[in-house]
Amino acid sequence: MKILSHIPLISACITLGFAVQANAIDGDATRGQAAAAVCTACHQADGSGMYMPGGESWPRLAGLDAAYIYKQLKDFNEGTRKNASMAPFAAMLNDQQMRDVSVYYSEMPATAGKGGESADEEMLKWGETLAIHGDWSRYIPSCQSCHGPDNLGAGEHFPAIAGQHSGYIEAQLLAWQKETRQNDPQHLMLAIAERLSPYDIQAVSAWLSMQPSQ
Amino acid sequence: MLNTKVIFSASFLVLAFSQAAHTAEPRFPVNFPEPKEGQYVHVPPTLQDLEEASIHPELKRVIRRGYDLFTNTQQLKGENVFNDMNCSSCHLGAGAQPFSAPVWPAAVVLPNFRPKNQQVNSLEERIAGCFSYSMNGKPPEYGSDNMVALTAYHQWLAKGVPIYQPGNSLYGRGYPIDEPEQEPSYARGKELYEANCSICHADDGAGLAVRDESQFPALWGDGSYNWGAGIIRIFTMAGFIHHNMPLGQPHSMDVQESWDLAAYINSQERPQDPRYTGDVRETRELYLETFHKDTYYGLEKEGRLMGDHMDLGRKDFLKPDVLRARTFE
Repeated sequence: MKILSHIPLISACITLGFAVQANAIDGDATRGQAAAAVCTACHQADGSGMYMPGGESWPRLAGLDAAYIYKQLKDFNEGTRKNASMAPFAAMLNDQQMRDVSVYYSEMPATAGKGGESADEEMLKWGETLAIHGDWSRYIPSCQSCHGPDNLGAGEHFPAIAGQHSGYIEAQLLAWQKETRQNDPQHLMLAIAERLSPYDIQAVSAWLSMQPSQ
Repeated sequence: MLNTKVIFSASFLVLAFSQAAHTAEPRFPVNFPEPKEGQYVHVPPTLQDLEEASIHPELKRVIRRGYDLFTNTQQLKGENVFNDMNCSSCHLGAGAQPFSAPVWPAAVVLPNFRPKNQQVNSLEERIAGCFSYSMNGKPPEYGSDNMVALTAYHQWLAKGVPIYQPGNSLYGRGYPIDEPEQEPSYARGKELYEANCSICHADDGAGLAVRDESQFPALWGDGSYNWGAGIIRIFTMAGFIHHNMPLGQPHSMDVQESWDLAAYINSQERPQDPRYTGDVRETRELYLETFHKDTYYGLEKEGRLMGDHMDLGRKDFLKPDVLRARTFE
């Protein structure tokens, strides 16, 4: 009886195929590609975003976790994450479109980060120390203790930061310090961000941007 | 009276933790207790200090290997480690962090009599205990390269500390915690767990693996510590949580909450105690005074008799051979 009752569900899965089994957030990459037309001006057709020296860098989305992207879009629309450039674009997407574009970008091959090239050797070495070992004398655990092996992400809550543009990482850490970004679960990031010095932020952002993104 | 070492190191600590990166009051302040009069405060050397130290390069290499084994113990998976833990899962800051059971005290109080096994233990034997219980595994051979690398790392962290300090005078040793006001509660613990812990450790306690690498340690089940591990004692887990969890937010769980969480987590099933006789109630009695009086092993919790099984986790033996009695006869 138990087995029989699952048959309609199984055949539904087979019929819908890829779209159903591909992801946990129920999005479709093909539909996502169409909906992402509003995203490409900044995030680019290949999802690589753009590093802007001295300006607002647009994050690389290619290869990020779909559920993480979806949550950020939802937060922009619900006002729990605020960004003047992003808000009007997020508002153009309904819930299904947010799911679809999230899956679309998550399935793209991750592109390389930019922005660390001008950092000197000493700064990069300090950035590496923070990212891999942390600085426990100031109660700063390493980035990878949450962001996963090689800082390539861990689950839906801890995004990949290796190979992200330094300007974007820097802006986010500063936003946590100024409390203009607060949508991290349990403020796990805020607690660390507020202990970082301006030099720490520059160093860790520069080093991470130069690491392999996949 | 405080000695100079205490005064110097204590002010260093306070300074280090109070250095705000920006002017606003921190929302997650780090407030470790002030050292008590007469306590010995030690700030272990860092990896940078190791690079700069004037010791033989070969010793540096071995200490670095010890660090590497300590922070990535999973490289010994299937050989010495049979669960998803690293040494640094419970000893934060690579074993140097106060109130996170820093490991340098072991290097200065051992060899010593250890109540848990009722005999004098060397540092290698103490580490063998961690592998047998906390890692649900089989220790590296005594005197092996990996064992020597691990002990060298412990000893390096203890650099400059006089040997045979009285253990209870060491600032930040273990996971000290006050008694709770109320009896620890499984139900309150469950609620707290789901709100504060499951984001990393998962609702089923299995933690998280990323690309087959253990990212967040398992708190129960086959991937976790067994029924004989120190942290299965409720007060030990409560102290660990209070001072260290969630990561980066020490003392955000108050004393009562930490005990409640410990009660919940340590009421979950896990691999068998390697000292199991075949009868859980008998094993509890046998090690009651020296260990199990602080655990739920062999007791009924939530309608189940805890530890009443022959589940060895991912290993195929109960007790590693190297755990043996010493008599000095």
